[in-house]
Amino acid sequence: MEVDREDGRSQNQLRPLACSRNILHRAHGSASWSQGDTKVLAAVYGPKAGTKKNENPEKACIEVIWKPKTGQIGKPEKEYEMILKRTLESVCILTVNPNTTTSIIVQVVNDDGALLPSAINAACMALVDAGIPMKHLAVAVCCCVAKSGYVILDPTKLEEQKMKAFAYLVFPNSVHSVLPEGSLRVEGEPIENGIITSVTHGIMSVDDYFYCLERGRAASVKLSDFLRRNLQQQSTDSSKAG
Amino acid sequence: MGLPNASGDLSTEVEVDAFRRLFPLRFYEKHLLESIRPDARPLGRARETTIALGAVASANGSALAKIGSTTMLAAIKMEVMTPSLETPDEGCIAIDFHMPPICSPIVRPGRPAEAAPVVAKQLSDTILSSGMINLKELSLVSGKAAWMAYLDIYCLDADGALFDTALLSAVAAFSHLEIPVVSLNDDGKIVLSEEQGLSDREPVNKEKRKINLSSVPFSLTCVLHKNYILADPTAEEESIMDTIVTVVLDSSSQLVSLQKPGGTVLAYTSAIQVS
Repeated sequence: MEVDREDGRSQNQLRPLACSRNILHRAHGSASWSQGDTKVLAAVYGPKAGTKKNENPEKACIEVIWKPKTGQIGKPEKEYEMILKRTLESVCILTVNPNTTTSIIVQVVNDDGALLPSAINAACMALVDAGIPMKHLAVAVCCCVAKSGYVILDPTKLEEQKMKAFAYLVFPNSVHSVLPEGSLRVEGEPIENGIITSVTHGIMSVDDYFYCLERGRAASVKLSDFLRRNLQQQSTDSSKAG
Repeated sequence: MGLPNASGDLSTEVEVDAFRRLFPLRFYEKHLLESIRPDARPLGRARETTIALGAVASANGSALAKIGSTTMLAAIKMEVMTPSLETPDEGCIAIDFHMPPICSPIVRPGRPAEAAPVVAKQLSDTILSSGMINLKELSLVSGKAAWMAYLDIYCLDADGALFDTALLSAVAAFSHLEIPVVSLNDDGKIVLSEEQGLSDREPVNKEKRKINLSSVPFSLTCVLHKNYILADPTAEEESIMDTIVTVVLDSSSQLVSLQKPGGTVLAYTSAIQVS
């Protein structure tokens, strides 16, 4: 079903992506991620010694600070911090540096829809820039369900407000395996078919949700290709400079 | 207590309580192999739930909900306010969730718990987006006066599944809510009517009425560990297993919300099982 979106995109088309790493010189790792007009800056400091009070000292600890573009820090920011913290805890290998804290600071530069997925992508790229060991990358997309039942990807802020429901989904990135098929499977399915995080707002039927998952899965493959190209390109640049 | 010569032998030499504290994950895994949990619940069963309506006599609506040991007290106070210009026919609901230090040894006075603002926001998102309450019912005089409902939820005992219990107590409090009788006085202001016979002014709403609840949302929190799904975790289970999923469905089986912050990768088949 053809749907008219205001900026002329098709249902499954993502906005233009741009990502740059190592933009802040004092931080151990930093990245800026933009999807269309939504722009997020992430900085990583760590690992630092010591963990926070109620955290397990046998594992590394991740601390997230979310800074909104304007206004005071309130409940939405705390919720984003918790979601980001849990997502990144499942992506990083926590047993490598026990009893340390890694701080990730996320600064919203502009919010035009799909803010949390952009922040998750930016934070992952910043972690790669800082050299924190990770199991795989987390790739985040946002899917919206409209009243008439169709699903669109990567909405702008206006589209998000008009929609009946939306879901932020985070998947592990797709794997180009050097080993033959049969490695890296979780419960009989390839690891890339799992979900790391899912946050939904608004009412949708269960079938709509599974449809969103499929669409999100397909989009995450495209996003992971973009990430792979971006990381390979920048690593060859820095090796030329060095 | 014997010395730990080999990790396997430790379980026979150490007392059960000490083993539970020192190696909680292994303690749970031994139970999960038998498909049972330490409190003798099968994996898919939730704890006993009780709801008491009208726990706070001075509030317009209140409820005390308990799921196992997790206890939440919800109370609603109504106040008249002027509606905003964009929505002159709608009232407003303000939801706040508090975790006082009584609820858990982790919460200290002065420092708000980390979970409190997150649960508050998730709760307000769920209640407002589920369409359970039609805000137009809270309107009194279009454009001039409307009800503002302040819903406060206090956690009295935090033993896992905080969001479930909070949602249950909020819904119960709304079902118990009675909107008080008010009338318009000469200055054009709304005042509370004392008794039926005394006032000679026309009351705006005739009698205390209850609010209509459509599509009540229900939620269930589960933790995932390897390929076991445990429904309705206690605080101990939540703290050792890192993946928590909360699914909220309403009475017409529509998915209101599915929150799965982080944790291990969940395959599609498990997602279907949970919902």
